[in-house]
Amino acid sequence: MQSVLSIKELRKVYGEKVAVDAISFEVRCREIVGLLGPNGAGKTTTISMILGVLSPEAGSIHIEGADLATHRAQALGRTNFAAVYAPLPGNLTVEQNLRVFGLLYGAEGLSERIEVLLREFDLVELRRVKCGVLSSGEQTRVALAKAMLNQPHLLLLDEPTASLDPAAAREIRARIRNLATSGQVGILWTSHNMYEVQEVCDRVLFLSHGKILLEGDPKTLPAEHGKQTLEDLFVTVAREPLTLGQG
Amino acid sequence: MYFRPVMAVMLRYSYLLRGTPARWMPIFAWVAIDIVLWGFISRYLNSVAPAGINFVPAFLGAVLLFDFFTRVMHGVAGVFLEDVWSRSFLNLFASPLTIPQYLLGLVLTSVVTSLIGLAVMLVLATALFGLSFFSYGLALVPFLLILFLVGVALGVFTSAMVLRLGPSAEWFVWPVPAVVSPFAGVFYPIATLPHWMQGVSKLLPLSYVFEGLRTILAGGTPPALSLVWGGCLAVAYVLLACWFFARVYRDAVRTGILARYSAESVN
Repeated sequence: MQSVLSIKELRKVYGEKVAVDAISFEVRCREIVGLLGPNGAGKTTTISMILGVLSPEAGSIHIEGADLATHRAQALGRTNFAAVYAPLPGNLTVEQNLRVFGLLYGAEGLSERIEVLLREFDLVELRRVKCGVLSSGEQTRVALAKAMLNQPHLLLLDEPTASLDPAAAREIRARIRNLATSGQVGILWTSHNMYEVQEVCDRVLFLSHGKILLEGDPKTLPAEHGKQTLEDLFVTVAREPLTLGQG
Repeated sequence: MYFRPVMAVMLRYSYLLRGTPARWMPIFAWVAIDIVLWGFISRYLNSVAPAGINFVPAFLGAVLLFDFFTRVMHGVAGVFLEDVWSRSFLNLFASPLTIPQYLLGLVLTSVVTSLIGLAVMLVLATALFGLSFFSYGLALVPFLLILFLVGVALGVFTSAMVLRLGPSAEWFVWPVPAVVSPFAGVFYPIATLPHWMQGVSKLLPLSYVFEGLRTILAGGTPPALSLVWGGCLAVAYVLLACWFFARVYRDAVRTGILARYSAESVN
């Protein structure tokens, strides 16, 4: 499978603290990769660098072959994201936000695309409601609709189901899983819900102190390291990373 | 394709204007109040001054031009502040939008809102106080152009300061026109000022506009060379302000300020 995201030796330092320490990985087309790790492990820093809102000290990011450092607009035109900490402007309605961000991303056939996404994410009734007054679950659906506007080839989802009820979360997971298998997209997904990760992700990367500690299939990785569940493995990574034989 | 993100910045503000009547207030309400206030002051001064002196074109014309500059400056910074207030930086700058496109969007939005404000001021000043803008002649074109460019330069510069210092630096934006007005010589000749203030005035393109205005009212022709110099200074300030914004943006991306932008994180 073709690589949509290629990261090589990426490093970010804040003062004395190394937030991301020379990590390298790839996300391939039609693949969902889980980026896991405890708070402060470097997940959001990594995602911020891929989105171009944070520059690395060293390393490279290529999105479908376009170097983010030198071809920023081209690389980000093929990317989109949804994150709980980046809500859409609350003073615009759902439809207005989709139109503004559709123009920003240069989405083709924008009006039709907005109608499709409003139906797909069950937002037709809310199209004229300001995003600031939506429930957190509804805001998540709008953020996901915005993330699909330009039919991205790389989709970054930072805890996309964190504020959804279990039924809505299951529906969103199924939709994204379907998108990955049927579309031309690679997805980088962060979550603290290990059940969700096991259900959705093809491959996971465990980050600890800015380094990739483990990588593998979320269904087989726990057993490979003598753990019963992915959650047990997560707790070990968070509390005793050295016991996992990191080099 | 290049202009679609620019249109997005403009469209976003047009949605805000459409949805909130309060946002129309700064566009024309405050400038209208200024025109009415200074119109009556000029009319009163006409009544107590020796016959033949008309304060309307001197004072009201100056207020109108200075308000146009203020409107442009606040227009640029105001559109930027909407992104600060709605915490949109992450969504905006994680898109393919470039800094030149973003700044162009801010400036073009300000052009539209400032022209609305200028039209309201012209109608009020002409209808209520008999000010004829045609009396300034063709010099009005370079006057407005210089005022517009300085407004853009200061709007972009103060936006960069807010990006660098955080949302709480918003106070820095609003009083800038009041701070520069004593040096600009809006109501008096620059020669009235002490030497050190005159030195500052020479670096302010606004001062060439208001000196030119007074020259016209005294029956003369504003020196073309000083208007060209004022225009060159204004263009240089626009370029410097855009460079400064791009520099602050690059620093914000490097240090992580942009990714975690809020009053708490920046300060």
